[in-house]
Amino acid sequence: MPGSLSKDAITILLVTAILIWIMPQLISTYTLTILIVYGMLGLSLGLIWGFGGILCFGQAAFFGLGAYTYAIAAINIGESTFPMLLAVLVPAAFAALLGAMMFYGRLTDVYLGVITLVVTLILFKFINSTAGPQYVIGNARLGGFNGIPGFQTLNIPGRPDDYIWGDSYFYVCAVLLALVLFLVSALLRSSFGRVAVGIRENEVRMSLMGYDVRARKTVLFAVGAAIAGLAGALFANWAEIVTPSLFSLGQSAEIIIWCIVGGLGTRFGPILGAAGLAYLKFLLGQQSVVDNTLITGLILVLFVLFLPKGIVPALAGLWKVSFGRRPQGRIHQQRRMRNRGGANG
Amino acid sequence: MDLTVVILVEMLYAVASLILISAGLAVIFGMMKVINLAHGEFMMMGGYATITAVNLGVNIFMAMLIIAPIVVGLIGLVVERLVIRHLYGRLVDTMLATWGLSLFFIGLATMIFGNTTTGISTPIPGFAIGNYQINGYNFFIIVIAILLLIGMLAILKATRAGLIARGAMQRSDMAAALGYSPDRIYLATFFCGSALSGLAGAVLAPLVGLVPTSGGAYIAKAFITVIAGGPSLIAGLFSSAGFFGIVNQIFTFAISPVIGEVALLVAAVVLLRLLPQGITGKFFKGNF
Amino acid sequence: MSLNRRNFLASSAAFAGASMLPRIVMAADTIKLGSILDTSGIFDAYGKPMDMAARLAVDEINAAGGLLGKQVEVVAYDTQSDMALYSQYGQQLTRQDKVDVVHGGILSASREAIRQTMRKTKTPYFYNVLYEGGVCDRNIFINGVTPAQQVEALVPYAMGKSGKKVYILAADYNYGQITARWIQKFVADNGGETVGVDFFPLDVSDFGSTIAKIQSVGPDLVIAPLVGGAHLSFFRQWAAAGMKGRIPLASTTLGVGNEHKVLTPEEGNGIMVAYNYSQELDTPANNVFKDRWAAAYGDSDLIHEIAVSNYQGVMTWAEAVRQAESVDRDALISALESGLSIDGPAGKVTVDPRTHHAVLDVHIMEFENQGMKVIETLPQRQPIDTQAVCDLSANPDDNTQYEIEF
Repeated sequence: MPGSLSKDAITILLVTAILIWIMPQLISTYTLTILIVYGMLGLSLGLIWGFGGILCFGQAAFFGLGAYTYAIAAINIGESTFPMLLAVLVPAAFAALLGAMMFYGRLTDVYLGVITLVVTLILFKFINSTAGPQYVIGNARLGGFNGIPGFQTLNIPGRPDDYIWGDSYFYVCAVLLALVLFLVSALLRSSFGRVAVGIRENEVRMSLMGYDVRARKTVLFAVGAAIAGLAGALFANWAEIVTPSLFSLGQSAEIIIWCIVGGLGTRFGPILGAAGLAYLKFLLGQQSVVDNTLITGLILVLFVLFLPKGIVPALAGLWKVSFGRRPQGRIHQQRRMRNRGGANG
Repeated sequence: MDLTVVILVEMLYAVASLILISAGLAVIFGMMKVINLAHGEFMMMGGYATITAVNLGVNIFMAMLIIAPIVVGLIGLVVERLVIRHLYGRLVDTMLATWGLSLFFIGLATMIFGNTTTGISTPIPGFAIGNYQINGYNFFIIVIAILLLIGMLAILKATRAGLIARGAMQRSDMAAALGYSPDRIYLATFFCGSALSGLAGAVLAPLVGLVPTSGGAYIAKAFITVIAGGPSLIAGLFSSAGFFGIVNQIFTFAISPVIGEVALLVAAVVLLRLLPQGITGKFFKGNF
Repeated sequence: MSLNRRNFLASSAAFAGASMLPRIVMAADTIKLGSILDTSGIFDAYGKPMDMAARLAVDEINAAGGLLGKQVEVVAYDTQSDMALYSQYGQQLTRQDKVDVVHGGILSASREAIRQTMRKTKTPYFYNVLYEGGVCDRNIFINGVTPAQQVEALVPYAMGKSGKKVYILAADYNYGQITARWIQKFVADNGGETVGVDFFPLDVSDFGSTIAKIQSVGPDLVIAPLVGGAHLSFFRQWAAAGMKGRIPLASTTLGVGNEHKVLTPEEGNGIMVAYNYSQELDTPANNVFKDRWAAAYGDSDLIHEIAVSNYQGVMTWAEAVRQAESVDRDALISALESGLSIDGPAGKVTVDPRTHHAVLDVHIMEFENQGMKVIETLPQRQPIDTQAVCDLSANPDDNTQYEIEF
């Protein structure tokens, strides 16, 4: 990753500013908001998978957990500030526990995949079977398959009657995404981030160098979950209803697809992949000639076969070939690409 | 007393159906280290192949045991040539590609068959145990699962093809050096695995209402069973299906089907935490 | 069978294409009807025929000269069985397309995902699906049957044909939970006893142990409001275990998605149900409707309960527009609240002004050779469950979905 953190900050600021100016003129802010939320969700998996080498089949679990935590807390508290915080903390704490269990048990590759998959399934099945009146947390009925509608949505902190919605909600989400992106960049530039990448490349070597690989992976996993939880809370505010489908395997699958299509090992790839594919899905829903599932599947297969690195690295490569100087990180990056399959399994 | 027998039969049935569901995935994963996430859709297509054949007037056993495996096996061949072949050795990429294939097949089946539920009825009548009626088809499933395990064991242990397959599985470079093309072996293995998935889908079809998305219900269970089974193909399949099937049925009877499913999943988490290499990674050393 | 479907798909695609063409030509001055349904993904067995029914209704309206001298234009979105897309397209329909009315939503969750949007933007919303009841909101009109309407009719009939001890197997979500409670109430009201209740999440497809459990309890009647493809397995496994002749079955959901055409006669015959519509309903209105459907789509096989509800919903709306002589929301609501009724394929449908639900005919039926034979018709049943909690004439600002307690 060439350049410095301040350069990152400037890039992020510029890109955010431009997007906030231009995008609403092309797409309605309501749709843009969800693209941003999905972008953040993509980033959360992009961080732990692309930089930490942890392939999590259950990122949707943290997304759903964040959304449900927000909804339940908002119904009970009636003011959105504390529920937002909880929606970040609860998934992070859950992920820390789960991560500790997995990483201290030295589970790797497919076994990790199975555990995260199974935990997602358990949560999904549990939430799905809570339709009965006995499943209540405070004043909030869990509602089972039908989900929880009608909770307090985002308000200006301390003023529960001043809702943030419509265009202003879009700006809040956009700024939050920029902030998260900046924090992720800062994390990756810190020694923690460099060690995390080192662990992805060669776990044994890093542990022989004296780093506590298990603790670091657990922390990274929890950070990813916190971001997913935030995305979940933002989603809940946007949709004004949370349903168990947030936890579903289909949702987890989509997050993985976003990362693959956008490009692993980059920060922008998963965000762009998420926003692009979600928008494509939105567009596809307006036609009825070809089955939409078929198209999604085809896109995934074609990407794995012909563009396994994803769009962003491919474009970046093209850019460098055409215009770029030879950056310092180039060799490193090539190795990372070559090792992607191997590093995970 | 009668109830005990009924519960016992239901348990055996649960184990047998897990074996059937997982066999195709296990063969492909065990031999080729490819996780076929389109496995559930292969089963779904096996089901549709059976129903279509029966509607065209074919005998139901013929349709289930011969036509469906062949049809799905052939689809597997095409998939192997077009997609999987390019991805050997890239575990994660094969998972993603087959995931894409699973969505693709769901879409395709929806376009061809529509999304209304279809199905055929079971060819075997109900069966009385004391005062209880149970599904006679359960016994058919149990018999098929037993035959399947014996058949796989026999082929791997007693035939030349099985020997080559086992050799290629352990050291594909050595097998190649001895003149056996790994490419051909992989192709044949993928055909067999797909055919087994098709067989499972076909045999289970009379018990369920089939929709193009039916496959999703199987893949997670199969995946868990195969991974928990560990590296040894048949012993792993048998032991983990036995373990999960029994856990599932005990909790289903004692409490409810949901708790049964959740118990299965919790058991999987605990099992993998204790035995991170699967059951057979710890207790069995064989490679069949 | 598959050949028919393919023809159907081709023709419906052509139809969709054809109906898109005039949109560009007449975009200037039309009445816009927004439709939001899952026409792909796991719920499309419900959504596709609903979409076909809505388009059929609109074509009929347009062929008869449109409404208020204008043509009706359908703006349809496919939500792909994804709840998040409901929110998105709901916004799209109301804020960008600025439609005059929205019909659609299938699952209760999908309705709740868009109901507030419709209310905030003052877009009249018609939810045309059989559901669990209790929604009380002046902006929404609902014309599916609710559990009490069905159960009130079904339980006495089914108990009369079997006995007093009833076992309930219900889908584990809102609809199933509420329906199960209504069944228990009406079983008790009719002097019976509920000997067991089991709930099943929608993905459970193995009922072997349940069937054994039911036998160990030994009820006279099993009522099974189970939902979806996985749950269909119960009826199949029940027959395969040879239980068919031993304990009679009744359901308030089986057949809504034409499941009776999937079960063989041996598996299905004799199962008792109660709905607003059956293809076997031998009335002039239904025969005309089936002919029109067949003329538009090749054959009338796909028609089911909620497709007809959707058709009747569009027709109710059209009638209200004619009476109000406007598409304005408040004029429309007062026209609908005047006790307006239409004659649909399933009989007379009257808007209940207090709840905005529908007063409709409920037919008690039995499955017979993959059809639903009408045994008895109970005309103009009131939505008594929602009426117990909701009174929009007294409390027009109400905006809740009540859960009905006894």
